[in-house]
Amino acid sequence: MFTKLQTRYQTWQAANSDVAALPWLLGAVLLLMTVLTRGRFLGSSNIINLLSQMPELGLLSLAMMVAMITAGIDLSIISAANLSAVVMALVLTQLVPEGASSTTVWGFVVLAIITGLLTSAFLGAINGYLIGYVEVPAVLATLGTMILYEGVTLAITRGFVISGLPSQFLLLGNARILGIPIQMLIFAVVAVVIGLLLQKRPYGVYLYFVGSNPTATAFSGVNVRRVLLRTYITSGLLSGIAAIVMLARFNSANARQGSSLLLLTVLICMLGGTDPYGGFGRVSGLVLALVILQMVTSGLNLLGVNSFAAVALWGAMLVGVIIYKFVQRRRWERQGKQQLS
Amino acid sequence: MPNSTNSPRGLTRLFRYNQTYLLIILVVLVAVVSLINPRFFSGRNAMQILRSASFTGILSIGFLFVLIAGGLDISFTATATVAQYLMALLLANNPEIPIVIAIILPMLIGTLLGSINALLIHGLNAPSIIIAIANLNIYYGLLQLFSGGQWIYSFPRWFNRLGRGYLFRFTDANGAPYGIAYITLMWLGVALVGFVILHYSKLGRRLYALGGKLEAARRAGLSIFRLRLFAYGFLGFCAGVAGLVQALDTQTVAPNALVGREFDVVAAVVLGGANIFGGTGTITGTLLGVALITVITNALTLLRIPAYWHQVFIGAVVLASISITSLRAKLAKRNERTIDVH
Repeated sequence: MFTKLQTRYQTWQAANSDVAALPWLLGAVLLLMTVLTRGRFLGSSNIINLLSQMPELGLLSLAMMVAMITAGIDLSIISAANLSAVVMALVLTQLVPEGASSTTVWGFVVLAIITGLLTSAFLGAINGYLIGYVEVPAVLATLGTMILYEGVTLAITRGFVISGLPSQFLLLGNARILGIPIQMLIFAVVAVVIGLLLQKRPYGVYLYFVGSNPTATAFSGVNVRRVLLRTYITSGLLSGIAAIVMLARFNSANARQGSSLLLLTVLICMLGGTDPYGGFGRVSGLVLALVILQMVTSGLNLLGVNSFAAVALWGAMLVGVIIYKFVQRRRWERQGKQQLS
Repeated sequence: MPNSTNSPRGLTRLFRYNQTYLLIILVVLVAVVSLINPRFFSGRNAMQILRSASFTGILSIGFLFVLIAGGLDISFTATATVAQYLMALLLANNPEIPIVIAIILPMLIGTLLGSINALLIHGLNAPSIIIAIANLNIYYGLLQLFSGGQWIYSFPRWFNRLGRGYLFRFTDANGAPYGIAYITLMWLGVALVGFVILHYSKLGRRLYALGGKLEAARRAGLSIFRLRLFAYGFLGFCAGVAGLVQALDTQTVAPNALVGREFDVVAAVVLGGANIFGGTGTITGTLLGVALITVITNALTLLRIPAYWHQVFIGAVVLASISITSLRAKLAKRNERTIDVH
């Protein structure tokens, strides 16, 4: 019985080497944090906190992942999210008439969400056009748009914070359905949709192809440029959804919100098995990595660790993950050579 | 790019260089701004602009080296901050420390941190941007943690004199003296060193070779690691000098003062014609790029355009410059393909 389970685990591990270590890591972090916080970690308030903070980071990480699978990167996700959030906040604070009825406000909430998503899709399309059609390297194109989008947001807000949103909109970041924060449900739906898109749709297959070998993909009759354009539009849209959740949770929007999240999204993608050189990465690994990272974050919070120390720690963790991946690849190569000889 | 088979002479040849266009734009721009506001066109203002551009200018030389070598690094402002902060701490606690040590320290720290970047990028075969993002956060995080966000103002007298000092005394119409700031001279010194390395040393030529085609450079027997170590180390060195210069200029050191200043550097270098794919780029182009960015920023202020628009402009410059370079590369590739067929 036990040996059977063991062999089954070994087969699974061999087939899923990119994420095989993650469940163990998850258990270890859970145990460590519970012990360090003397059980406070498992308290319901912390769990609710965890569930309400996770979605925005998860959505942004998905936005980063789709770009990374094509061997690109999207440095503009945070700037794009902030710009979309500011656009939505402007619709909600400037257009809604005084003393409007609840239904009218709901109408404006829908309008704001549509405007926000259109904005983020457009911002993503600019990235996709530059990368796919003008053939600018993704790093530099999105570095440029990151600067530009943040600049536009600064110019619109003049450096101020926009707040005071209608309570109807705030529900999206604060309400709970069956005890689960509503943004968690949004994230779950989006994650499943992206997972299906990547695994079950032709577009998903092209996405991985483009990341592995764009030239071969082009010669197989796939329109690589269109795939890239669609990818960065998807990335933009995901930032837009993250913007909705963040705007509703914080009740404010500004140009420099969440600038430290960029590092975390890269870290989550790489820990979750996404290869920055393209061709590999999946939603399940990302979600596992997201849970681990969020547990570390809220655990450090509970322990009262300085937030700057946390930033440095995330940076060190990113280097650690890169080293781990490097060692792992080395070992495979050595094993491969041994099998050959 | 110059073509050896039928090289045109004189003026026509000049128009093959990026720098010529940049110089023309710069001259036209200075003329237009001077017409709008005559106060702009004065020796005093020119020296002031050169002084305020020094920080960006020094970093641009280092960033150019990394771009030429085919790399990318945006952690240099964090490096500069760490370097200047440690120097400031040393000076605040031991004002009697020899000047040489205080000046060399930030350069050493910068070089060290830059070399760490190179070590990680090369040793782990990781994308340079990801290493840069990781290190940027490690440096800033640790600095904020240990400094507690504390600003440092107390510097010895020589530090103040070096920051305010200038060479060649001129007097303007009102009889007030001005000159070339020592800070500006440091920038020009770094630029000169960069120029000599890139044009007259084996090392410089090899950097171009590495950025032009990595595999070719490897097969030619060049040590990729040593070249990368040099390029990133030099950027770190420049970051150290820039940190020193910024501290001299403002006489204050804050752990978060330089956040976001890397964008101007990226804009200046890509505007100066450095190829984002590696292998090309000149010191003169970079100097002109820095001058253009600074003059335009200055002009925007003179035209009373709110400062919030500055970053929109910088982003637009970066995107326009890299799009043009990419389009050119794309067209060149297309031409190459037709040659292959025939």
